[in-house]
Amino acid sequence: MPKKIENRQKQWEARTLKPALDAFPERKAEFSTGSWLPVNRVEVPESLSEDAYVEKLGFPGEYPFTRGVQPTMYRGRLWTMRQYAGFGTAEESNARYQYLLEQGQTGLSVAFDLPTQIGYDSDDSHSIGEVGKVGVAIDTLSDMEILFDGIPLDKVSTSMTINAPAAVLLAFYIAVGEKQGVARERLRGTIQNDILKEYIARGTYIFPPQPSLRLITHIFEYCAREVPLWNTISISGYHIREAGSTAAQEVAFTLADGIAYVKAALDAGMDVDLFAGRLSFFFNAHNDLLEEVAKFRAARRIWAKIMRDRFGARNAKSMMLRFHTQTGGSTLTAQQPDNNIVRVTLQTLAAVFGGTQSLHTNSRDEALGLPTEEAVRVALRTQQIVAHESGVTHTVDPLAGSYYVEALTDRIEEKVMEYLVKIEELGGMVEAIEKGFVQKEIQDSAYRYQREIEKRERILVGVNQYKVDAEPPREILKVNPKLREVQMKKLAGVRAQRSQTEVENALDALEKGARNPGVNLMPLILDAARAYGSLGEICGVLRRVFGEYRETVVL
Amino acid sequence: MAKTIRILVAKPGLDGHDRGAKYIARALKDAGYEVIYTGIRQSIQAIVKTAIQEDVDFIGLSLLSGAHNELFPGVVDALKKEGAEDIIVFGGGVIPEDDIPGLKTRGVEAVFTPGTPIQDVIDFIEAQRPRIESR
Repeated sequence: MPKKIENRQKQWEARTLKPALDAFPERKAEFSTGSWLPVNRVEVPESLSEDAYVEKLGFPGEYPFTRGVQPTMYRGRLWTMRQYAGFGTAEESNARYQYLLEQGQTGLSVAFDLPTQIGYDSDDSHSIGEVGKVGVAIDTLSDMEILFDGIPLDKVSTSMTINAPAAVLLAFYIAVGEKQGVARERLRGTIQNDILKEYIARGTYIFPPQPSLRLITHIFEYCAREVPLWNTISISGYHIREAGSTAAQEVAFTLADGIAYVKAALDAGMDVDLFAGRLSFFFNAHNDLLEEVAKFRAARRIWAKIMRDRFGARNAKSMMLRFHTQTGGSTLTAQQPDNNIVRVTLQTLAAVFGGTQSLHTNSRDEALGLPTEEAVRVALRTQQIVAHESGVTHTVDPLAGSYYVEALTDRIEEKVMEYLVKIEELGGMVEAIEKGFVQKEIQDSAYRYQREIEKRERILVGVNQYKVDAEPPREILKVNPKLREVQMKKLAGVRAQRSQTEVENALDALEKGARNPGVNLMPLILDAARAYGSLGEICGVLRRVFGEYRETVVL
Repeated sequence: MAKTIRILVAKPGLDGHDRGAKYIARALKDAGYEVIYTGIRQSIQAIVKTAIQEDVDFIGLSLLSGAHNELFPGVVDALKKEGAEDIIVFGGGVIPEDDIPGLKTRGVEAVFTPGTPIQDVIDFIEAQRPRIESR
């Protein structure tokens, strides 16, 4: 710290602070962020020497990208407003997408139901009770054609939350593009395709890690050649945070997953600059506004360093951590749900101050059930108000230089680096997950958080303080309980109409390819998709060859 | 001496949201119960089999995917089929208020929604203790 400031601080402590503390003690002995990082009373500019500025912050659009990945950020273009949506049948979800596009949303984000995410058809016995519940049910290319009916794929970018069967859904999307006359070179969008966090936190895995990493690397290779504008993976901290991690753990485990994917692609012989520019990330935004801002800034800086120094990336795009944000579902309360609009506003600000590339804002009623159209509109309006009325978009990285935000950015970076070293010691991220280390760290944080709420050491408005006795009943969205039957009938119809020989040939070819590690499976999956092979049939072939993952239960 | 109550915490169906289930399992363990946790994506048959093998007094089901109307009563029915209807079933998760009466009619004895303090779950378990100890 500069001498002059240090002297002045000592003087201030004696002359002004001490009498104030004597007369009015602070509310708590120690203050900490939402994720338990210690917070000092007043931060001073110790870390912002000129050299430190150039090294740690630099300028937006340049290494290390702490201040943002584009030189003009929101002065150039606002973030993409992208509400995650999907439920029931393809027809119902298509109507919701048309509605969101009419309301000024600028990208689509598809939620699939759990059977689709785990590679089961709607008529599979595993699918009982789950069809169309947390997203749209997609069994074949036919459903996908309906889902994007009237939505030209060269005019929208589409994000698909799909992991274990990501290659299959991408194939369906490419095939819909072909039917619409849109070449795959022009398709824009993202598949989540992040299997490691499924083992850690989200649970929609199918295959064990090695064949899963093989499929992911195939997608990298195929898209680099054939679908160059596609974001081939969205390396996700969102679900890790939802499972109860701290902010620093969210970044650490996400970047560790990212490192594992880069290593897998390099091991397969790819050049880092060929695929790294299409890697994207997905983070959570929670209520501790300034900690979240620091988290996003730290994540960008660390990733840039890793890509440049460890993996030898030369292209600036390969070093940029571009990310989508979703506001924190687990922060929403079923009690006094209108309060959630305020929480989502804080989280929106965190994402925007943090320099997000796209954003989903949660609806106030999501702790109660699926969001209604009205609640979704308020959530989208929240983004639009921040974008157009708050003025925070006028300058790049507006909180840079805040002594506190910079200090916190450094502190998060330190914590993350400690974890990354530890994970390397365990043999890498796959091993760390198989040993249950990552899950245990997250669970301990989740447990600590919940105990604090139980003991009212942490206040949740409306839940453990400021409660009301009677809550008015809320309208919630209901999914047709007969949906599985509807979907089964559609699937039977497709099976009756398609050429059975064509499907069988495609599935046989896929099985042969899967048994040969040298074969990229994407073109074979695309052939099966075009022949109206179902998701369950395609994944069934791969299940036979690759086997299935079993959870390491950690408690 | 009071009987040590045994509880199976289980995740039926395809839902991977296990934060709540793991919290409940650990908090009930800390409260002195013997707790077994199944892990995610368990079939109804697997849950019932584990419950019988482990000789539990309660099954706590956790679900956030919306499949509770099918899967929770499914567990109750499967227990009956196996002659294990004395195992008490309760549930939790994102369960709309309107669904709770139907679940109770079909044998799910208590439903805990987001924000429930752990003490409410413990109170429910303790209220059933006489039933369990009189068996």
